[in-house]
Amino acid sequence: MSSAAMKSARNALVLIAGLLAAWQALYWFVGDAALRPPLVTVQYTARLMTTDAFWMHLSETLQAFAVALSIAVAAGLVIGFGLGFHKLSAQVFEPMLVAVYSIPKITLYPILLLAFGLGMPAKIAFGAIHGIIPVALFTLNAVRNIKPILVKTGRVHGLGPFEMIRSILFPAALPEIFTGFRVGFALTLIGTLLGEMFAAQRGLGYLLMTAIGLHNVELIMAVTLLLVVFAATVSAGLLAIDRWLHRHI
Amino acid sequence: MSQAHVSLRGVTKVFPSSSGGQGLHALGPIDLDLQQGEFFAVVGPSGCGKSTLLELIAGLTSATEGTVEFEGRRIEGDIPDGIGVVFQEDACFPWLSVEDNIAFGLRKIAVAHEEKRRRIGGVLDLMGLGDFARSYPAQLSGGMRQRVCIARTLVIEPRLILLDEPFGALDQQTRLLMGDEVLKLWRQTGATVFLITHALDEAAMLADRIAVMSARPGQLIDVVETHWPAERDSHIVERLEFGAVTARLWKSLREESLKTMAKTSRGPADRT
Repeated sequence: MSSAAMKSARNALVLIAGLLAAWQALYWFVGDAALRPPLVTVQYTARLMTTDAFWMHLSETLQAFAVALSIAVAAGLVIGFGLGFHKLSAQVFEPMLVAVYSIPKITLYPILLLAFGLGMPAKIAFGAIHGIIPVALFTLNAVRNIKPILVKTGRVHGLGPFEMIRSILFPAALPEIFTGFRVGFALTLIGTLLGEMFAAQRGLGYLLMTAIGLHNVELIMAVTLLLVVFAATVSAGLLAIDRWLHRHI
Repeated sequence: MSQAHVSLRGVTKVFPSSSGGQGLHALGPIDLDLQQGEFFAVVGPSGCGKSTLLELIAGLTSATEGTVEFEGRRIEGDIPDGIGVVFQEDACFPWLSVEDNIAFGLRKIAVAHEEKRRRIGGVLDLMGLGDFARSYPAQLSGGMRQRVCIARTLVIEPRLILLDEPFGALDQQTRLLMGDEVLKLWRQTGATVFLITHALDEAAMLADRIAVMSARPGQLIDVVETHWPAERDSHIVERLEFGAVTARLWKSLREESLKTMAKTSRGPADRT
């Protein structure tokens, strides 16, 4: 176990070193107009993190993202469990979900803006619509794939409906639901940031767009670095939990 | 003779058809008495309603007509205390350790914590799972997982054990060895055992009495007594009489199996 952990830590370090080297090499190739080297970026990021404005933008983004993700997960679970337990509804609605999911969601943004106005609610709505469907589809499959023998075993042991859900259905479906959560997390983050980039006055997405407008390459690099580090760290953590669950369940 | 441990009277099962037609007559009428402490097996062609018969006794489904009684009380679609069921499929909960899987059997049983620990420890030893208490099912072989399921059933100290092709998914050698263990458990617990199987040799080796079921609708067409001693194991297969028992079972079953084969090869028309 510990040697496996060391191995994966070593792999991660090699990957990071490789990315930094590629970044530096790319900088030498394209120059100052489009990039800053890693060291300069890290220094600028450290300075950026001492400003109040940065924390205001960050907290705005985190709030929007947290609410959007909560909505996506809650709605996705309800839809997924609902359809998972009702075969006919699943047959009717699953193809629709898949079809809706394939719509480029950015095309819906103008409508959302008109519906919710500029600001937090539109961002949240845009983030949430990215996450709901994957969470719902994964949950639907998870519920559908529960082995009937496990439910039968529960009945043999005299479990009531509530205990059946708590002790058998939920744990049996958990690994796949968690995979849905992981995918939903990544997509909701994309949705939230996209929402901030096009119509907002605050947030990291807005900060990024402003930096592009001002051709502030340091700022672009710093925000991108922070977002990449955040997304990669959380995703790696979620993936580790996901794998653990799939191994054990 | 004393009162039967399990008693079925005129039991039939008809599954209603979804199109509102006649429905599927799966089973019966069946009359059957199981004596306290006997090892009873049922063999029959596939699809003859063997598993339905077991589910009726387990209270997992209710009879369309007739009555099922366990220890003098009627079973009507609710699961009575004192009955343990082991299925063919792997029914271990993969998210629970071996120990917790076994403890699951006790969650509805009102016994003190110490008594629970004692019983769990007891069945872990009995089933040779002592070293695997903290393992998870995914780390075990198919045979070991089936032991966990048997242990989970034994821990409730059932007076009637229902086995639905419990070794169907195991290889032949493992089946013989598991058969030996089931015989040992049967002697130690003194429980009545009701075994469903399609394997004639398995039935002939394990049971005191073996019922042969007809093709659907399943009815009991023959009951064979083996007269084996209680102290027996898989060496019973070496006996001359073992061949005779298996031969008689096959004689009763051959025609029924042919009927089933003819039906299934005629296509799905008669399935509904």
